[in-house]
Amino acid sequence: MNNTITSTVQPQRPWVNRRTSLKETLPAIVISAILSFGAVNVTGLAGPLGSYLAFILIFLVVSFLIGLRHDKVKATDKAMTTLVFAGFFTAFIPWISILFTVFKRGASAIYWGYFTHDMSVTSADDELNLGGLSHAIVGSGIILLVASAIAIPFGIITAVYITEIKGKLSGLVRVMVQSMSGVPSIVAGLFVYTLLVIGRGFSAVSGAVALSILMLPTVARTAEEVLRLVPDDLRTSAYALGATQTATTFRIVLPAARAGLITASMLGMARVAGETAPLIMTAFYSANFSTDFSGHPLASLPMYIYQNFTTGTDLALTRAWGGAAVLLGLIFILFTTARLAGGRAKR
Amino acid sequence: MDNSSNMESTMDANTQPSQQGGNPLDEGRVGTNGLQTKGVHVWFNKHHVLEDISLDFPANSVTGLIGPSGCGKSTFLRVLNRMHEFIPGASMAGEVYLDGQEIYEPNVDVTAMRLKVGMVFQKPNPFPSMTIGENVLAGLKLANIKVKDKDSLLEECLTRAGLWKEVKDRLKTSGGSLSGGQQQRLCIARALAVKPKVLLMDEPCSALDPASTLKVEETIVQLSSDMTVVIVTHNMQQAARVSDYCAFFLSDGGPGSVVEADRTSVIFSSPSDTRTADYVQGRFG
Repeated sequence: MNNTITSTVQPQRPWVNRRTSLKETLPAIVISAILSFGAVNVTGLAGPLGSYLAFILIFLVVSFLIGLRHDKVKATDKAMTTLVFAGFFTAFIPWISILFTVFKRGASAIYWGYFTHDMSVTSADDELNLGGLSHAIVGSGIILLVASAIAIPFGIITAVYITEIKGKLSGLVRVMVQSMSGVPSIVAGLFVYTLLVIGRGFSAVSGAVALSILMLPTVARTAEEVLRLVPDDLRTSAYALGATQTATTFRIVLPAARAGLITASMLGMARVAGETAPLIMTAFYSANFSTDFSGHPLASLPMYIYQNFTTGTDLALTRAWGGAAVLLGLIFILFTTARLAGGRAKR
Repeated sequence: MDNSSNMESTMDANTQPSQQGGNPLDEGRVGTNGLQTKGVHVWFNKHHVLEDISLDFPANSVTGLIGPSGCGKSTFLRVLNRMHEFIPGASMAGEVYLDGQEIYEPNVDVTAMRLKVGMVFQKPNPFPSMTIGENVLAGLKLANIKVKDKDSLLEECLTRAGLWKEVKDRLKTSGGSLSGGQQQRLCIARALAVKPKVLLMDEPCSALDPASTLKVEETIVQLSSDMTVVIVTHNMQQAARVSDYCAFFLSDGGPGSVVEADRTSVIFSSPSDTRTADYVQGRFG
């Protein structure tokens, strides 16, 4: 594809020194791999974890020694780089491991009907090509939506009170919100059970209220951080234009923080999407597909997993893994949508 | 542009007698757009930063506030539209009159007052969530002012700020996509859209290239036909070019005060204080 550019100069990135660093890293990896293989056989280290540990430690030393061919500064640099990468991979392993296990174990439970059927005519240890969790998906959706409708507005208003209005109580409110984030989820569940469930029965609304109690501090604290990041310049220039505090907050500060506020809301939803304990006491579980808000128990993904787990048969356990995979998938979709929506706001 | 003839006619038109007191600037020029301070002191916590500033800003003129860094010019400017009170630990004494109305009186509507006193900051600060067009009209939107012909107002403000030609085809793009100099002129256009009587400018050209600076200076001179402009500047040539009056601020370790305030021509040619002469000729500061 020759276009109008006649120059023979090619774009380069001279600051990326790939060839020489690769030339030194590859032998280091090979040497460390051989040495760690030997080390695992000689010492008490065993299994994949032992090999990994041995490899990291030996790789650290080897890369330092190879760096010494240049000088001490370079050697330290290499060792530190190795350390940082090792930390990264170590943190990454559980993440990958969880995803891998969930999808491997859950895969056999998932078929097309899994998303369109409920468990009303299927029992937990029926064959896997029967029944599904459509009721749990819809139930989780309803409960999350209602919980968000309660917690997100209140969370953002709380953050606005702390950062924008800076009222006399903002310090106190801040401490309260912080301590609220330490409330155990089962306590929230018990509280709502006493408040809304006794006498009225299990319902999606009471489940949503319990989750919103857990969601509020996450939303409020994240939103507070985000609002603090809005430069004071913007507030000042709005005031200088003759704007009231209300106009400044709602038309300048909140729109400027829009992407961050969406993230705050998503973090709140993700915080409670997998909560089980409060739902046992509030929304409980139902095997039937339903969109009924109140008066009846409503299924949710965590409760679906929990129910199948307590049944305990092999098929039920596989169903539980399938539910876990779907839950993870839904949270992933939630996050991706939020990132896209938040990113588009920046224009 | 010949400012002096403009000045004379303005002075004739405004025959309202001045409030008494040692006003260093020409007396009797406080017209409908006039601004006046009496005995203004400013503190930040216990630190006394400005002492007894009494100045008249004659209507429809440009007054330059000059002086070395840290002598309180910007602080004084922020006192004039009550932006000073947003700084934690700030306090003040004295009076500021806009159209003869004391703006620090308890019953004053601060937001309405700020609509009359526009401000342009040292650092350009367009609203990032708004387009160029929305930025210009932001003041109207924020104050809930309805305008019939938004398009012509948009064009008028951007033209006066010297930005119309550069942005007329991309009014719907973000204000953040402009260069620093363009952003600053956008902020000037934004301040003009609410039709203020007074425009406060805090080193508006410090981040601009010479060409943009020239445009902004032309704008300032044009604005002074129906607006009172107060401009803080570190650029002596700029003060000489655009201002009709100058006030020289100085702090000798203690609180800053006005050493001398007079017509710009006097300040630059025959100042009465040797420190003024030294400063404007670049011998210190």
